[in-house]
Amino acid sequence: MKDRVPDGLRELLAHAAGAGHAPWRTLLLPGDWLLLLAAGVLVAASYPLLWRGGAADRAIVKRDGQIVTELALNAPRKYDVVGAIGTTVIEVQPGRARVLSDPGARQYCVQQGWLTRANAVAICAPNHVTLQLSGRGDRSGAYDTLNY
Amino acid sequence: MTPSTIELPVTADDYRIARYAAAAIALTIAEAALPSPLPGIKPGLANIIVLVVLARYGWRDAAWVSLLRVVAGSLVIGQFLAPGFFLALAGALCSLAVLAAARHLPARLFGPVSASVLAAFAHIGGQLALARVWLVPHDGVFYLLPLFATAALAFGAINGLVAARLLAMPVVKAA
Repeated sequence: MKDRVPDGLRELLAHAAGAGHAPWRTLLLPGDWLLLLAAGVLVAASYPLLWRGGAADRAIVKRDGQIVTELALNAPRKYDVVGAIGTTVIEVQPGRARVLSDPGARQYCVQQGWLTRANAVAICAPNHVTLQLSGRGDRSGAYDTLNY
Repeated sequence: MTPSTIELPVTADDYRIARYAAAAIALTIAEAALPSPLPGIKPGLANIIVLVVLARYGWRDAAWVSLLRVVAGSLVIGQFLAPGFFLALAGALCSLAVLAAARHLPARLFGPVSASVLAAFAHIGGQLALARVWLVPHDGVFYLLPLFATAALAFGAINGLVAARLLAMPVVKAA
């Protein structure tokens, strides 16, 4: 296969691959290696740190703006909230929460499905019930809600 | 045609900077044609030119080439004064600041690859900082930081190697 490459092209490829030049590794000085290594470690370390920051760890259930309960998102459970027109059922699983059922006519908050991010919110307006997720260290509430 | 009565004195420095800036702008335009998986992730090939100029002619010339590249490149692409232009400018300014500091690293231990990687991180840092305060005013932008940092490390290292290779070649005197 390699023998059939015309000389001109072969020379071109050899040149592109670095023939007649200093090998690539000689272009890296000891400090460069050190810096690349440190940067690589930092980049690798940033993956879990930053992707965990947006995770939620608590579900806050409110009725008429008043907190009814706060549920930790570390064990599966269901919670019933009696609202203006009936009972809203909140379902919690590790790391996420949703409105399982709601007496409202349009079912918007149910169709929203699982909420996973901090500050995500599902509002069951007819029943005056809201479900909001809250993350680590953001209880002061820099944002009212976030939508994705 | 009436000859212009305004004479702008042009020095050899100006020609040299213009020549390198033209190369950097050409690379910027070529790169704009490449598809990008995420806005903000680009090889940054023009920075190879900036690194070469930095090593050969110093920081002042590198700053000229880098900023001319951002302004003229965005004019050609049609991005001038669009958000992308300000992001590129913020990145370039942060990179230049870091390169000014990185020149004081011992040259015996640190070569163009170190400068390139440091500048790439500064570039993405400046862009993210501006995006955070201006375009996306919540911390959502930082979810993507690991991806940007990975790209900065990879492209920074590759661009630095290419710049080191170019610098290791004998200088061809331009006519």
